Amino acid sequence: MTSRSFRKTTFGRLLRHRSGTVGLVIVLVYLFIALASPWITPYSPIAQHTKDRLKSPSSAYVFGTDEFGRDILSRMMAGATNSLRVALISVTVSGFLGTLAGILSGFLGGWAENILMRLMDLIFAFPAILLALSISAALGPGDSNTILAISIVYMPIFARVARGSALQIKEMEFIEASRSLGASKLRLILQHVVPNSLTPTIVQVSLALSWAILTEASLSFLGLGTLPPSPSWGLMLSDSRKLMELAPWMAIAPGMAIMGGILGFNLLGDGLRDVLDPRLRSGSGMNK
Amino acid sequence: MRNYILKRLLIAIPTILGISIVIFLIMHLIPGDTISAMIGTQYKLTEAQAQSLRAYYGLDKSLPEQYILWLVNALQGNFGLSVRAGTPVLSEILSRFPLTFELTILAMIIALLVGLPIGILSAVKRDSILDLFGRLLALIGMSLPNFLMGTLIIYILSVYFNASPNSGDYVDFTTNPAANLQQMIFPAITLGFAFSAAVMRTARSSLLEELNKEYAQTARAKGNREQRVILKHCLRNTLIPIITLVGFQMGYLFGGAVIIEEVFALPGMGRLLLNAISQRDYALVQGTIVFIAIIFVLVNLLTDITYAFVNPRIRYD
Repeated sequence: MTSRSFRKTTFGRLLRHRSGTVGLVIVLVYLFIALASPWITPYSPIAQHTKDRLKSPSSAYVFGTDEFGRDILSRMMAGATNSLRVALISVTVSGFLGTLAGILSGFLGGWAENILMRLMDLIFAFPAILLALSISAALGPGDSNTILAISIVYMPIFARVARGSALQIKEMEFIEASRSLGASKLRLILQHVVPNSLTPTIVQVSLALSWAILTEASLSFLGLGTLPPSPSWGLMLSDSRKLMELAPWMAIAPGMAIMGGILGFNLLGDGLRDVLDPRLRSGSGMNK
Repeated sequence: MRNYILKRLLIAIPTILGISIVIFLIMHLIPGDTISAMIGTQYKLTEAQAQSLRAYYGLDKSLPEQYILWLVNALQGNFGLSVRAGTPVLSEILSRFPLTFELTILAMIIALLVGLPIGILSAVKRDSILDLFGRLLALIGMSLPNFLMGTLIIYILSVYFNASPNSGDYVDFTTNPAANLQQMIFPAITLGFAFSAAVMRTARSSLLEELNKEYAQTARAKGNREQRVILKHCLRNTLIPIITLVGFQMGYLFGGAVIIEEVFALPGMGRLLLNAISQRDYALVQGTIVFIAIIFVLVNLLTDITYAFVNPRIRYD
């Protein structure tokens, strides 16, 4: 009996979703490396082994070394910490603020909706990467500015998703029932609207994380994100370009890391969408 | 229909105004201005010279004043002077725009040429090897960042084919079309690849949906062959979401072009912007971003209008 009810939970259904499971495994591996990297990297990610510059992959340096003799595997693992930290913080901020704005405007309507959603439309009117780029350019490079840029750019997506759910829930009978029992607006929002509108937001969180990893890597690649010598995948890839013919392994490792991260969160997001929202299942059907 | 277009146009105006305000504010968040950035560097300005330069560029006025001044000038096509180069910002932008535009269009053509047939075949031969291949391609396209793909292409070309797409001066299309296309083809493939994945996904799911609709069943029941059902009846409706996708992605391709130009060392608007950022040439940064944003809004507007043409249902809401 227990196994049967487990199969029916969201988690159980996700495990039977093939590509969703692959995504989940990738995400867990990345999270583990990101959390444990200070203890498990074979070398310090910024230690320069001057005698071992530009060494090709070997048993001593699994992914080789860069032009300063730094171990690329260690930098890759520390890069995961950096990349996921930026992605998680910025998605938390944009998810919280965006969802709040969306629920308030959907539930309250009127001028609150007008002001909030026009503001979100304005952010939405830019090509995303360009807005992130301009914010980083204005504030200067560095992790906290990257986080701010990503948070602002992704906010409207959370707001739209949350507003859509809030609008639907607002009209349901149990809200009316609760209201007729004398529940305040605040209570309605916290007790009923928020928990019931979170499902699409959860899907969006996973997709937002994959986008955030991509954006962090892009900004670092352009020299507008993480500052050297901190290890960042985008920065490592950018550094590898001038030494490409000599040391292609310098590009391969961070490239794989970026791609794997984006792929993992994307697959997990698609899987979650299929599992959590059966209405959308027939439409996409891509990753099953 | 005319009312619809007018309504959309009227909505676009406050959006563009809002964008310009946002960009203006972002650009003025920066501590210090171009002039103080100059003092520390090669120019060796005295404080008095800096003051007069600020007055010359209008940087000594209050923020709202500066904005109104900038807006009034911008409406007359004057986006100010590039502080570093001393040339008008608009002429800098317009001289770089054709390259970025060409790159975007080429990328879009490539994406459609690759994505549409694969998406359609994928839907028709559902769950076949071909479908699997198409879906795999879409997955890679979605998760391969364009700067990584560009870097890999350059590596493969230089190591295995002894060609370096990055070297040599850029030749524009009107001077020598063949040489120009040779330079542009790899950047365009790089930019278009991710988008072809999106086209493929949309074409596949949209055609699958159409094939199950009642009118398709009717067409089959009348004795049409499946091929005819697909080509004559379903394909046309499949294209509607593709049009929307193309329109809305155009702006994102523009943003992506910024990165691709950096990777392939092409002197387009993206490089202009990135150079302006690194040289703290704010008038140029501001002008370029506003310019791109306006194009983004206009393309979206055009998409909405085209969409209303092909799909009469949404015209009257």
